[in-house]
Amino acid sequence: MDKMKLVEATQMKSDVPAFGPGDTIIVHVKVVEGDKERIQQFQGVVISRRGAGLGTTFTVRKVSNGVGVERIFPVHSPRVAKIEVLKAGRVRRAKMYYIRTLAAKQIRQKTSVS
Amino acid sequence: MTAILGKKLGMTSVFDEKGESLPCTVIEAGPCFVAQIKTKEKDGYEALQLGFEEKKERLVNKPLAGHFKKAGIAAKKLLREFRGFDVSKYQVGAEVRVDSIFAKGDIVSVQGQSKGKGFQGVVKRHHFGGGVRTHGQSDRQRAPGSIGSSSYPSRVFKGMRMAGRMGGENVTVKNLRVVQIIPESNLILILGSVPGYNNSYVEIHKEQ
Repeated sequence: MDKMKLVEATQMKSDVPAFGPGDTIIVHVKVVEGDKERIQQFQGVVISRRGAGLGTTFTVRKVSNGVGVERIFPVHSPRVAKIEVLKAGRVRRAKMYYIRTLAAKQIRQKTSVS
Repeated sequence: MTAILGKKLGMTSVFDEKGESLPCTVIEAGPCFVAQIKTKEKDGYEALQLGFEEKKERLVNKPLAGHFKKAGIAAKKLLREFRGFDVSKYQVGAEVRVDSIFAKGDIVSVQGQSKGKGFQGVVKRHHFGGGVRTHGQSDRQRAPGSIGSSSYPSRVFKGMRMAGRMGGENVTVKNLRVVQIIPESNLILILGSVPGYNNSYVEIHKEQ
């Protein structure tokens, strides 16, 4: 199976910062409109990380104008230009799906470092 | 040369230039060696016999050992013939590599032995619809239905599709695209799935 890993290694990024569930991050996403390309930012709380190797993905949740928005990004996708860790969170779950039902204040309490 | 032998290693996904994730099968293709050249004068047809994957010396029987010795190559596990192209350019013992035949973007077909499914019913084996699930039916959900009329012909026609052994047969999947070739490690990535288990042998043919 080492040859399978070799295939994935050709596209894996080496400069991905360490982050996990509960962390608040900014994802810089490349957006292609026609023939123009620009960077869009998506800031939110990481609520899950799954998969291994090249197929690793993570879910970021934010509340935009009162509407909960979740986006799933592949960690090693060329469209994810940069991942910026704003705040580390201390949580007890690997999957933070329960924060969908919580208010903003409770989420802050749940993910606070102190 | 329009074909090569390979070994299916497994599936993964890679990103293309646009950032799209493509599901791919990784195949270790070659290096193959020409073990024999069949000619019109001697054998009645033209073909190239390729050998793939090293075999331990002690596992080779004497007739095959002589065959490999004649070609001047190390013993191989798999021997297959390929035809339908000009064989005069090749010499016995020559190496055939994957990047000499295929390039990124080529359309290929892949032949291999499909996974054995065992004894399967008609719904899975022949894509029958099965029976109705409601209206008071019992024991009809995956049944084949009628298999013919009664007094005439008083028999079931040959070739009637019924339950039975499924899989484990030679299957060719056509029109697959080559996503990437890694010549240093003899790997070829093909878009989509190909027949067979991981570590099973496949033939990759260039589509004409």
